[in-house]
Amino acid sequence: METIVGKQSIQFQKAPHIVSAASIVGKKEGEGPLGKLFDRIEEDPMLGQNTWEEAESALQKQAAQLAIEKAGSDCSLVRYLFAGDLLGQLIATSFGLMDLKIPLFGLYGACSTIGEALMLAAMTVQGGYSDSVMALTSSHFGSAEKQFRFPLEYGGQRPLAATWTVTGSGAFVLAPAGGKARISGATPGKVVDYGVKDSMNMGACMAPAACDTICSHLDDFGRKPSDYDAVITGDLGSVGQAILIDLARERGYDLSGRHLDCGMLIYDSQTQDTHAGGSGCGCSAVTLAAHILPKIEQGQWKRVLFVPTGALLSTVSFNEGQSVPGIAHALVIEHC
Amino acid sequence: MKETETIKEMAEQEKKQKYNEYVKQVTPTHSLGAQLAKAFLVGGLICCLGQAFLNYAKSLGLDQKTAGSWCSMLLVLLSVFLTGLNIFPGIAKWGGAGALVPITGFANSVAAPAIEYQKEGQVFGIGCKIFTIAGPVILYGIFTSWLLGLIYWVLKMTGVV
Repeated sequence: METIVGKQSIQFQKAPHIVSAASIVGKKEGEGPLGKLFDRIEEDPMLGQNTWEEAESALQKQAAQLAIEKAGSDCSLVRYLFAGDLLGQLIATSFGLMDLKIPLFGLYGACSTIGEALMLAAMTVQGGYSDSVMALTSSHFGSAEKQFRFPLEYGGQRPLAATWTVTGSGAFVLAPAGGKARISGATPGKVVDYGVKDSMNMGACMAPAACDTICSHLDDFGRKPSDYDAVITGDLGSVGQAILIDLARERGYDLSGRHLDCGMLIYDSQTQDTHAGGSGCGCSAVTLAAHILPKIEQGQWKRVLFVPTGALLSTVSFNEGQSVPGIAHALVIEHC
Repeated sequence: MKETETIKEMAEQEKKQKYNEYVKQVTPTHSLGAQLAKAFLVGGLICCLGQAFLNYAKSLGLDQKTAGSWCSMLLVLLSVFLTGLNIFPGIAKWGGAGALVPITGFANSVAAPAIEYQKEGQVFGIGCKIFTIAGPVILYGIFTSWLLGLIYWVLKMTGVV
């Protein structure tokens, strides 16, 4: 069995285990279909802090502490952190994790960051560079709206293809052994640009990247979608899902029966007024921690392809007329 | 060599164009008719309210101009107040341009950044960012009126008007 697989994939020889996972979300997420599954629901969107940014940092800190607590290991056993968020210069991460006093790798992959974090964490464990490492990400509706769109009190209409940024943070402790789920393979994704300029239709921006990563993964491993119990993307939403299935069909893969999307799982679009679904770094992280992992741990799902997706834009690139490329990273998570 | 690159680029352009057309097809949009009706209703109600302010001010003996100023100020005050209570976004979400085009929308677009950026300080927060949304309206509004004034002046000098 080779470690280097196909064009861009990795097969872990000693698949790192996900020892523990923690999810902390806001009130709206707590009211959604997955509400009962989250570890903690914060009723106060400010989390007792003064600003949205501080609130997001607090989310991340709490998620990290809870994951460590659940892993049953002392804080000092987690040697490295792989973490990120959506804010400029990763301030939610750096200020949130400062007090943990654990070496940090700050990552940015837009909403796909948890995929990138888990992948690098798994590579670190597999490579023998550390025993326990943690991967975590966060997003907050207030801080994301403020940075990417309008102040919260501004009145306006959101298009139907728009998604709702999840307030939440998901954290995972990885180690060589323990727990009932492991990361057995990974396919890092390329930046894919199909020239979509509408930042309010991020599903359409990211679907080509998701398709590219999923199809490359299947090609590299010589597998079919039916080799997985589910192929779960991060935050394509309902518009992106339809596009992904169409694009994958063109490349000869039928995802229709297998595909799920964290953004569509986390909210009830009928009653919660979220339009196409949820998004943000926290979206796929908390859904993995609260919904996907337990199913894998219980053996209900044997093997899942987890594909967080990200839209790569800033207000500057958008105003300067650039399109919105996407990126997606795929992880094979198995029951063990 | 250069030719193959041009062909490649053209194929890439075509792919992007095709994809954008396809995306347009599959992306759901708000129903135009319903949106228009809602905007008509909300915009009409706001204007009725303005007319009520105007009539009342006039009944107190104010002249047209002063009554008009009072009307604008009261609508702005009401909009800012509702923005502070986070009620205005709900009205704008439902009523769309009906709530945004009257002076109420302008007031909201100034009040909302003031609330949001207060945390970044009085100078760099509120001071620098209060007009992030309304700024273009103010700049180009003033510029356009200056331009029209200039045209009017030229026409007057040349005896056209």
